[in-house]
Amino acid sequence: MDAAASDCVHVAGPNGSGKTTFLRVIAGLLTPEQGSVHWQGRPIASDRDAYGASFCYLGHSDGLKPEFTSHENLAYEVGLRRRLDAAMIDETLARLGLEQSRDQPARSLSAGQRRRLSMARVILAGAPLWILDEPFTNLDLAGVNLLSEVIALHLDAGGAALLATHQPPAIPRHAVRRLDLA
Amino acid sequence: MERTSPAAAAMLMYRRDLVLAFRHWDQVAQPVVFFAMVTTLFPLALSPELGELRQLAGGVLWVAALLAALLGLEFLFRADHADGTLEQMLLSGQPLALLAVAKGAAHWTVCGLPLVLVSPLLAISLGVPTGALCAVMLSLALGTGILSALGAIGAALTLGLRRGSMLLSLLVLPLAMPALIFGARAIDMAIEGEAARGPLLLLAAMLVLVLTLAPLAVGSALRISAE
Repeated sequence: MDAAASDCVHVAGPNGSGKTTFLRVIAGLLTPEQGSVHWQGRPIASDRDAYGASFCYLGHSDGLKPEFTSHENLAYEVGLRRRLDAAMIDETLARLGLEQSRDQPARSLSAGQRRRLSMARVILAGAPLWILDEPFTNLDLAGVNLLSEVIALHLDAGGAALLATHQPPAIPRHAVRRLDLA
Repeated sequence: MERTSPAAAAMLMYRRDLVLAFRHWDQVAQPVVFFAMVTTLFPLALSPELGELRQLAGGVLWVAALLAALLGLEFLFRADHADGTLEQMLLSGQPLALLAVAKGAAHWTVCGLPLVLVSPLLAISLGVPTGALCAVMLSLALGTGILSALGAIGAALTLGLRRGSMLLSLLVLPLAMPALIFGARAIDMAIEGEAARGPLLLLAAMLVLVLTLAPLAVGSALRISAE
């Protein structure tokens, strides 16, 4: 399979069909037994650091420190990738409806709020490729719509997205290509 | 969009780990309390005679410090592994070896440095003359540094294992034996009034060696553990 700019690929398949494994191989966290992953024509193993900077991965775990507040989580975790200022973080928190929990430790957030916060991490990282494993888990209806719009805006801006979900995602203004692993 | 430079990312990682450590006071205090308890138990168990204690001081201080430093090693990557932030660190696009140095340095600041700072007090309680306190601190500073670097490799390798802590000590302690031998010897020599320069320089050389090789080993081990 391949993905170009503004492409949205939905990785589908029943439980245990290897959706997560597939995404982890694409992210370079697992080495494939057969085949290889290329980014911009080059195998990802040739320059892992440059590849790491060009995508953002949202896995099963949210990748948040329970002891840190929402703001601190974004400042430290995204700060490793790019320069950030407090205003950018606040703006993204507000966009995802998390302005009330700015100074709340992540451990006291609900599962849905944590998912929103980890999506804020993906948005702030500003990478062209998004690899999202079950991004809609634990989100309420408003959250699902918001996240779909966020993904649509990312595609509008020329980004690409790989989504593993059980339900076919409805991304506004964009056709979603389906990759069935079953 | 401006990328974070590798040096800035390492500084951020160092600061992050320090902030995290100080939100878990018990973990910070544990090694230093253990170190103080073990060293103060020896006079009770052996003899309160300062002359006798002085002869054992080097060995006692070093064994206690080594075991105390080992206590904190387990926490080096475990929490990050459990909450998924380690995965994000691997994918941050920053050189992993440099981030490993930052994490190791933060670990030493939290676990090793306090041992060095309280060591003069404990050394005096074991009858070490004030002239030898400098050698005590220096040898422990170098030694805990060596152990943090070696321990980081062990902690990264045993990350995915359920009973990793047992294996961690089995992996790290034999590698730390040369440091223990020369470190304790340096203190003994200083107590006897000889120049402890030789063993201290050897310890410094060992530290340079592990600091050069450990970051690369930790980086590779973390990638393996993440699979």
